[in-house]
Amino acid sequence: MALQARYEDVPLETKQHLFDQVKADARFDSYLYGCYECGICVAACPSARFYDFSPRKIAQAAGRQDLPMFYEQLNDDIWNCSQCFSCTRCPRGNNPGGLITIMREVAINNGLSSAKHALEGYGRVVYKIMSTGTQVSPDMLQPNAFPDWGPHVQEISDNLELWRRALPPDTLHTTSTAWEVDDRTLTELYLIWHMTGVLDMIKSVDMGLHMILNDVMEELLDEAGYTAD
Amino acid sequence: MPIPLTVLENRRDARDDRGPATPPTEDVRERVFELEAKGEWLVQRVPDPWIGVTTKYGRTKKIPVARTWHHKSCGQCGHIPGYSTSIFWLIRKLGLDYNDPKDQTSCTAWNYYASATSNQGAQAAVAMRNFGAAYESGYFPMIHCGTSYGHYKEVREELVHSAELRDEVRRICDKLGKPFVMPEEIVHYSEWVYAMRDEFAKRQVLDLSGIDVTVHPACHYHKLVVEDAIYDPDVYGGQRTAVVSAVVTALGANVKDYSTWFDCCGFGFRHILVQRDFTRSFATLRKIEVMQEEANPDVVLTHDTGCVTTLDQSQFAARAHDRKVGVPVMSEAQFAALAMGAHPYRVAQLHWHNTEYRPLLEKMGIDWRERWREFEDDLERLKGNDKTFLTWEDADA
Ligand code: SF4
Ligand code: SF4
Repeated sequence: MALQARYEDVPLETKQHLFDQVKADARFDSYLYGCYECGICVAACPSARFYDFSPRKIAQAAGRQDLPMFYEQLNDDIWNCSQCFSCTRCPRGNNPGGLITIMREVAINNGLSSAKHALEGYGRVVYKIMSTGTQVSPDMLQPNAFPDWGPHVQEISDNLELWRRALPPDTLHTTSTAWEVDDRTLTELYLIWHMTGVLDMIKSVDMGLHMILNDVMEELLDEAGYTAD
Repeated sequence: MPIPLTVLENRRDARDDRGPATPPTEDVRERVFELEAKGEWLVQRVPDPWIGVTTKYGRTKKIPVARTWHHKSCGQCGHIPGYSTSIFWLIRKLGLDYNDPKDQTSCTAWNYYASATSNQGAQAAVAMRNFGAAYESGYFPMIHCGTSYGHYKEVREELVHSAELRDEVRRICDKLGKPFVMPEEIVHYSEWVYAMRDEFAKRQVLDLSGIDVTVHPACHYHKLVVEDAIYDPDVYGGQRTAVVSAVVTALGANVKDYSTWFDCCGFGFRHILVQRDFTRSFATLRKIEVMQEEANPDVVLTHDTGCVTTLDQSQFAARAHDRKVGVPVMSEAQFAALAMGAHPYRVAQLHWHNTEYRPLLEKMGIDWRERWREFEDDLERLKGNDKTFLTWEDADA
């Protein structure tokens, strides 16, 4: 299929509407100053080596307001980015990786099916961070989750509780969170998610996850006497 | 084809190392203090004593020696706990005061860089809640994770330049009952390790002159808000960040160069969890194999969470393809701790690492068999419930 042809049926107004949201973001102006088409960002970009992906094209489409190309990138490209920010080597001062951060947020906010697809299998990570304030918990180290890391993962998983007790820092004796976070801190975090609209973002991509998170949070917020408004 | 190192060296010799006479970027710290003068927020001062280090464009950055509030890292604490343990051990070994808080959340940037299920306001509020907690404790934030460090610097820029964002986050902090406070400096633990490297060298017990090291500079340390990272004219002619490399040199080991030093590790956030084929390929083909071919290191040292995990764990599957892998990976904090006599299992916790590290320990002069036997005895005591946890006293027994 010719480039962008698969999105020909999507009305231009829809593409414009999404582009306008990206452009209206407060970060946009400091992430794009124009583009020399020099390709330095592409040379530095890890994702460009393994995917059909180019930070130069991201900067170009945004700079020229090329709506068909922008829309294609919004659906097919942005989730390939590694968010390493090697592209900040740009001699023009651009931050194509930062443009992608904004584009991803717009894709999530608008519930694009490509965004839902990109987050498949990722819900537990979102849940872990939002509900515990930490990620990469020790009990994530399960052989079925990391088969390519070898038998070593099985060994950790078999010894997890014991090995965690063999850590001198008091805060690290946990298995389901990376360290011990107190309840009051979690309550404060939940209030942040409520007050900044992050829970609404989750609602647009994963209703089930939104319901679970809401249940967990409301109870703790109520107990602490907060109303989330 | 790898770039011949002689070409790089010749270019380096020919380069003007002095850098621009005037820094090309504003000094955001001046704006931070201006906002304090206007009553917009408090500024938490770097406590005395501090050490002055040089950043990319020649400015001085203050690194606190002690009274630090440890903003821990998810990936370090969760999957490579010898990383955080070694940082604390180094501080304790120097007899310095620190705070390992429970009222700390992560920066939550996993939901920003990986899944975009957050936004600017939420991220800034999470940062300022943590800074507020540090301020209340009277200790100064020291950030363990490279991503949290880079992200908080982005957040600082955003807050400084947007009154609207400041208002939104101030409202949230008010509701939480937290002070609205920005630290005078945003400090990464590897900057502290860099600043203290001569103190470590004084207390070193191992001869590392036979150890060759390749260094992976962490992307979110030196590519986000680049002007705030540490550079030193004596390290790579000031053309690359000096953290980690300067520590290796101070400890008497040998920094070996390789051509893909600027490349990321392949972590990718979402990739390491749901598109790991990319992560494995990048880590082995663009980093480990290039290091092996060009430098043949005994160990790879880095200073961030995802880099240790990616470079270490990715090597296992690559063995099935007969790739040139098999180099142990750890943080410079673990390496420095080992150099100062830390236990490889009680402190550096190397049993959580994947790639074979025992030949390295032997080369460093560490009897890993004996140390493992000691650790197994510890585990037996913990199993028998004679003890609930291993303590700091046990770690140095
Ligand atoms: S942030 Fe994304 S676009 Fe930029 S270099 Fe990294 S992978 Fe490429
Ligand atoms: S490095 Fe900057 S100027 Fe060059 S192509 Fe990339 S975005 Fe454009």
